Amino acid sequence: MGGLRSSTQRPEASMAETAAQPQRGDERLIRVGFLPRLLTRPDIGAFLGAVAVFFAFGYFARAVNWLGDPAIASGWTDQAAQYGIVAVPVALLMIGGEFDLSAGVMIGSSGLLLGYLTTYQDLNIWPAMGLVLLFALAIGFVNGLTVVKTKLPSFIVTLATFFILQGVNAAGTLKLTGTTAIQNVDSASGFESARRFFSGDLTRWDFKVKVLWWIGLTLFGALLLAKSRFGNWIYSAGGDPVAARNVGVPVVRTKIALFMMTSSVAALMGIIETFELRSMQAKEGVGLEFLFIICAVVGGCLLTGGYGSVIGTFFGAAMLGMVQLGIVDAQWDSNWTYAFQGGILFAAVMLNTVVRSRAQRVR
Amino acid sequence: MTMAATTVDSGKPHLLEAERLSKYYGNVVALKDISVHVNAGEVTCLLGDNGAGKSSFIKILSGVHQPDEGQVLVDGEAVHFTSPRDARACGIATVYQDLAMVPLMSIWRNFFLGAEPRKGIRPLRWFDAPTAKDVVRRELHEMGIDIRDPDQSVGTLSGGERQSVAIARAVYFGARVLILDEPTSALGVKQAGVVLKYILQARDRGVAVIFITHNPHHAYPVGDRFVILNRGQSLGSFEKAEIDRQELVRLMAGGRELAELEHELEAIKAEVG
Repeated sequence: MGGLRSSTQRPEASMAETAAQPQRGDERLIRVGFLPRLLTRPDIGAFLGAVAVFFAFGYFARAVNWLGDPAIASGWTDQAAQYGIVAVPVALLMIGGEFDLSAGVMIGSSGLLLGYLTTYQDLNIWPAMGLVLLFALAIGFVNGLTVVKTKLPSFIVTLATFFILQGVNAAGTLKLTGTTAIQNVDSASGFESARRFFSGDLTRWDFKVKVLWWIGLTLFGALLLAKSRFGNWIYSAGGDPVAARNVGVPVVRTKIALFMMTSSVAALMGIIETFELRSMQAKEGVGLEFLFIICAVVGGCLLTGGYGSVIGTFFGAAMLGMVQLGIVDAQWDSNWTYAFQGGILFAAVMLNTVVRSRAQRVR
Repeated sequence: MTMAATTVDSGKPHLLEAERLSKYYGNVVALKDISVHVNAGEVTCLLGDNGAGKSSFIKILSGVHQPDEGQVLVDGEAVHFTSPRDARACGIATVYQDLAMVPLMSIWRNFFLGAEPRKGIRPLRWFDAPTAKDVVRRELHEMGIDIRDPDQSVGTLSGGERQSVAIARAVYFGARVLILDEPTSALGVKQAGVVLKYILQARDRGVAVIFITHNPHHAYPVGDRFVILNRGQSLGSFEKAEIDRQELVRLMAGGRELAELEHELEAIKAEVG
């Protein structure tokens, strides 16, 4: 939230400061004008992009009242939440200087585990969810510990986790059920009572509870990054881990915690999907890991770490959700979706490069 | 600083003293019998060319390495640092050339990195940013450091400004001894002057400063005492009253070598001119 707030307030704030401190180098402040200053914010690109995409589909999908129909909005926000929930910890992890390619497949693993525990072990859904969360935290811990201990790139370590889990998901499901999915999870005790917290409808326009999770996690992530000590550690762990360690930041602990956050939020997504679908496919979630990364990059996170925004990631997810549904509503071939997502990513990376060089420039 | 010298003579121990330190790396002698001391409110300059053993010396004082012979005394008591954390606990802060600052982070975030002030009730405590910004503004102002905005990223600061922020940070967090590793070497003339000013500011606030440099022109104006290292050996320790600038430059450059160099340069000048 800090990101959004200061994007509007910071210019006035700095003017107030200059007024209060007449001895300061005012003549040098003038050189950093309003617009360039705004453009150095990591989340501004994603915000402008989301607005642009929204109005573009307002034109291209005018056949369906894209701009005004709440049912349309509930459609793309549902899709955006699908990306945006896990994109929050993925963005934090990326700011902390690491990737998690297993974040997508974790959705499937968690959903399958939940299905297995409830239908094959006859566990109530609530303790089953607790076990799923513990499982996810353990996977995240292993990911994080492996990365910090071996000093291998997290790209490789989590790619291995990704493939291992993908194999386990497919082989395990087939062995257990003889098919590629675990069905009838809604037969579990406590399913209906728990369902409204994870996949209920909010209004008569079908806005999903998922959207609240998305907004809530975004607010939490943004506050964590801007307002907590841990947030400062995240920035430093990605920006310069050696320097951070020299001044006493527990870099190892910070990174492991970020991996655990990522896998546990992916597990939350798996739980949400299980409630929505009432079943879980063995290959669920595979491929989403890249969309989470696209959200984070579009949101202004640098691939090299140390810089980025959770608010920006929110708008990145919104943009991808709109593209996904907008292409259908504009009655284009939905195969174009990937090309659009790639185009957005490319534009975002170019913009980030400019933003970073501005932020790094010596006056 | 003559007063400090007399109190020392009357038996009060030095704030930090290195006594006959030696360090070997295999069969390479990095340091041999180096003795240096510094008191509160003094600047001791450690001069030496590349390879003189300055880095080894800093690493011993800051706890990164342990000496093979000799000992380090703080307030007259022998200490054995096994890590940089031990040295910091004794109030010895080292400002390295790489500065331990994160370029993409703002000045105030960097200043408090690893020691963030927090507010609120456990476990919901948040990073007290307004206090942090106020402290940064005040501390830097007190050191006479002219920054425009604590929100700007450290990457946008010049080298001299970064050094200054690092010095201010060490002083704020209670450093009694400040070890500065070549703080002026990468800087232009004007920027170096600014950093020298902050060294004096820190000294005037009662901090003992060990200033490591290869530039006698930077050392002489701020130093109270000069120790010259050459190939791991000490060429002597001089109080400011005992040595003038020319002598310091001559010792640093190895006297005869400098004269030869001057001669060569004259020859080149003659050719070019």
